[in-house]
Amino acid sequence: MHPAPSVIVFTTLSGLGFGLLFFLGLGLPNVTGWVAFTFFVIGFGLSVAGLLASTFHLGRPERAIKAFTQWRSSWLSREGWCAVAALILMGLYSIGAIFFAQRWGLLGFVGALFSILTVFTTSMIYTQLKSIPRWNMNLTPAMFLSFSLAGGALLAGQTALALISLLIAALVQILYWRQGDQALARSGTNIGTATGLGDRGSVRAFEPPHTGTNYLLREFVHVVGRKHAEKLRIIAFSLGFFIPVVLLIMPVNSVATKHFLAAVAVLSHLAGVATSRWLFFAQAEHVVGIYYGKR
Amino acid sequence: MTQLPHSTERKLGLVIDLDTCVGCHACVISCKGWNTENYGAPLSDQDAYGGNPSGTFLNRVHSYEVQPQNGHAQLVHFPKSCLHCEDAPCVTVCPTGASYKRVEDGIVLVNESDCIGCGLCAWSCPYGARELDVAEGVMKKCTLCVDRIYNENLTEVDRVPSCVRTCPAGARHFGDLGDPDSDVSKLVAERGGIDLMPEQGTKPVNKYLPPRPKDTIEDQIDVLAPLLAPIAEEPKGFMGWLDKALEKL
Ligand code: SF4
Ligand code: SF4
Ligand code: SF4
Repeated sequence: MHPAPSVIVFTTLSGLGFGLLFFLGLGLPNVTGWVAFTFFVIGFGLSVAGLLASTFHLGRPERAIKAFTQWRSSWLSREGWCAVAALILMGLYSIGAIFFAQRWGLLGFVGALFSILTVFTTSMIYTQLKSIPRWNMNLTPAMFLSFSLAGGALLAGQTALALISLLIAALVQILYWRQGDQALARSGTNIGTATGLGDRGSVRAFEPPHTGTNYLLREFVHVVGRKHAEKLRIIAFSLGFFIPVVLLIMPVNSVATKHFLAAVAVLSHLAGVATSRWLFFAQAEHVVGIYYGKR
Repeated sequence: MTQLPHSTERKLGLVIDLDTCVGCHACVISCKGWNTENYGAPLSDQDAYGGNPSGTFLNRVHSYEVQPQNGHAQLVHFPKSCLHCEDAPCVTVCPTGASYKRVEDGIVLVNESDCIGCGLCAWSCPYGARELDVAEGVMKKCTLCVDRIYNENLTEVDRVPSCVRTCPAGARHFGDLGDPDSDVSKLVAERGGIDLMPEQGTKPVNKYLPPRPKDTIEDQIDVLAPLLAPIAEEPKGFMGWLDKALEKL
């Protein structure tokens, strides 16, 4: 798949933002006044920036409102609803925390639920696609959810929770890569089933239908970037999980240093997740590539 | 509505004969010609006369080489357009309701005025049957020439898809695959028509007829061949001796 910057930015930022909103909704940390204001601005900023970025890849963004109509069948539509519900609920909840120094627990809980549900619906947009075997796995939602929780806990300053969720996310990441590398072969789709000629001999794409490129090749067949996949995996893993964990467990006494290290951990994690997301797209093979003798 | 109908009254679709297709691409051009000036937005081209041409097509012809375990390789031309799947993933993923499958005849269409061009339906189609038009920003796909097959302004012989009407080899057939007595259903039964990527679970309506086994190529390719046999005989005399001497070396 073509790793479009808009989608990578969207899933990375909004995953982080909704992860933070999840913890804020649960009262972790239980903040009020200006501190609460700062936390909520970051949470809303990230999630809304992500959602806005996602509209950049639409051919007709002016009609985006129509995407709310098909929640019965479409995960993309459900994602829209969950995101709006989460933002409204958390918006109301933040009013209590910022202006009245009160924690409206139930509202926060429901808001937290919708925040994490938004991340889940985002992941299901990818998971549902049988045409992309590397995404069509249970580990895809596990990855999106664990990343979002890890990032959220980091941003929310919940050191213990962040440590646990970072370790879980790291484990899910490794499992995802391992299972993903076999996904295409396991799907059973190959040039033989694609052409229906497989039982007659070995099939080879002899001539493509067009000499130039087209939408399908631009969107679905991204072979170039996979060359450095192994190196990028190491970079993603180090930045996303290893460095943040090391920074979190580093024994420091001064509060200022602790905050500084936490900030570095967040940025490192963000860069790591973005790299992992880039790989998520760039490495995903759409089976249509098989028709072109590519993958 | 992007929920799929439980069943459709008819299953209109195409049957494509891989045995007779000669790979001339006439259906590609005729499809583009008809569909760029009729139903929906035109099929745009980018840099059509430049060094990097690309454009929107609803039908494309690949060519494959099949190498059997023994014997000669065979070249198979392979036209591909939307298969109007019964379990069409492209319909259910659509957030706007722009993508839908018709109850009356099973044709899968896009309502372009509702389409936001998110591209998700094209992502979900394993066959690459949908292309987002760069100029219009909306999704284009084969309409099964819905504006021809019911069109009373056309003479009856023309009330078939443009690609079917054009194919000089008669490799494309159109009809109701839901009716076991239709010509196309009989053809599929007789020739052992197949589904593409059955493991994807899309239940395509369009069927492909596999190429027939080719006549065996015998050693003697022509009855006149013996008369054309090389006349050079075993060399005699000095040349014969030289030949043998060189052979021994
Ligand atoms: S071939 Fe592709 S576009 Fe056509 S109905 Fe099937 S899944 Fe949808
Ligand atoms: S591109 Fe258009 S038709 Fe396809 S899923 Fe998006 S809104 Fe629906
Ligand atoms: S049925 Fe019509 S739209 Fe579909 S491939 Fe043939 S000519 Fe093109």
